[in-house]
Amino acid sequence: MTAETSTWATKKGLAQMLKGGVIMDVVTPEHAKIAEDAGACAVMALERVPSDIRAAGGVARMSDPLMIEGIMAAVSIPVMAKARIGHFVEAQVLEALGVDYIDESEVLTPADEVNHIDKHLFKVPFVCGCRNLGEALRRINEGAAMIRTKGEAGTGDIVEAVRHIRTLLAEIRRLQSMREDELFVAAKEMDAPYDLVKQVAAEGKLPVVNFVAGGIAIPADAALAMQLGAEGVFVGSGIFKSENPARTAEAIVQATLHFDNPKIIAEVSKGLGSPMRGIAAVTIPEAERLAVRGW
Amino acid sequence: MKIGVLALHGAVIEHIQTLRSIGVEPVAVRLPEDLEGLSGLILPGGESTTMRKLVARWNLREPIMALARSGAPILGTCAGMIVVAKEIAGGEEPVFPLLDVTVERNAFGRQLDSFETDLVVPVLGDRPVHAIFIRAPIIERVGPGVEVLARLPDQRVVAVRQRNVIAISFHPELAGETRIHRLVATMAAEYAEPHEGAVVATGTVPWSLGEAM
Repeated sequence: MTAETSTWATKKGLAQMLKGGVIMDVVTPEHAKIAEDAGACAVMALERVPSDIRAAGGVARMSDPLMIEGIMAAVSIPVMAKARIGHFVEAQVLEALGVDYIDESEVLTPADEVNHIDKHLFKVPFVCGCRNLGEALRRINEGAAMIRTKGEAGTGDIVEAVRHIRTLLAEIRRLQSMREDELFVAAKEMDAPYDLVKQVAAEGKLPVVNFVAGGIAIPADAALAMQLGAEGVFVGSGIFKSENPARTAEAIVQATLHFDNPKIIAEVSKGLGSPMRGIAAVTIPEAERLAVRGW
Repeated sequence: MKIGVLALHGAVIEHIQTLRSIGVEPVAVRLPEDLEGLSGLILPGGESTTMRKLVARWNLREPIMALARSGAPILGTCAGMIVVAKEIAGGEEPVFPLLDVTVERNAFGRQLDSFETDLVVPVLGDRPVHAIFIRAPIIERVGPGVEVLARLPDQRVVAVRQRNVIAISFHPELAGETRIHRLVATMAAEYAEPHEGAVVATGTVPWSLGEAM
């Protein structure tokens, strides 16, 4: 057998190597270095952190390729970058730059309100957001090799992240309890491909790695996500909008690792300074919610 | 007999499941006390930069070095290969300087260059190993006393052993490959034997005193 690059096993496999870790949003090479030094297992390059996108309004797009190259040169850990939903040319550009993973992300302004990117066409793997199992399986069907529950990015409010991971895992448990002949209707109801529904019912888990994102601001938030069943976490504004980004980042890494050890979570949470101020997700009008983007 | 998997982050559960599948009791190691009573340790794939920081943060370096020096088998896969090397190309400090090799990180390039192939690893028999390489390292220099277990067709070294320490660039745990874990389990059983029971013959340190294989 000759060597084959960019196979499903290598795409999905990189996400497997990131499990138990923290992927941090960064907008500059300096941020990326702080994240790496704090123990991040990967960084996510984007134009502005979600809370700034939320505050600034306007259209949020992929990051400047020069900035992405600077970030790739600054760190040895994998570099992910965000493309707009459905913007397959942004994804082509990110692939041409050689990023390690593309996030087709609702945090940026969608470029297509009907179609997501056909991710099978790319050699670089993709991570996509979801709020429930049907959405996760639609993304996997389109070629996503990693899933993250969306939460509500840029809020520092964990409530939506909790809702989404609980929903996703509860729906998986529900499939497991069904008779095989009930899975056809389950697939129809959740608008997901039957083959993937059947596979999830049999295995009791998604066929790809699943992280939690959107609202993690303190170490205990990360540990909560992990105890609820996340395989790792994404942290966006929570780090670089806190009073002490380096210490907050490091503490979130330790709390993700020792998620089931409250003594250690207490220890690493001491004296971190103010977390990001945040905005209660419940006060955000429907039209300004990021999680509802993507379908 | 218990074999640990360093569980700081990375492909931990895959190794744990592989160990279970061959009837070995796995232990997730996150703190020094988790190492007690282990007869071997697996250092999984992940990011070596992250592992290096977490090993230092949780004081795992000395106890893991001590376990290795006592002769317990140590298997490093991918990032695990990087952390057991005595030398890392580019001058990074070694993490567990156990294996007399120089390792090059991300030797094939970035994620776009990750690949899978079939490899013959003679020590595991004639049937090739399905080898998945993800942002993988290679062994650039092989020191005396280090046995080469596998090479790519272009002769680059991707699996080595020095006494009780085995390091491989690829991921048997992602491919349903159990032979490498079985080899480690056999070594662990030999290590465990004189360590079990109250009286241990003085100076009996299997493997570490053995000839280089």
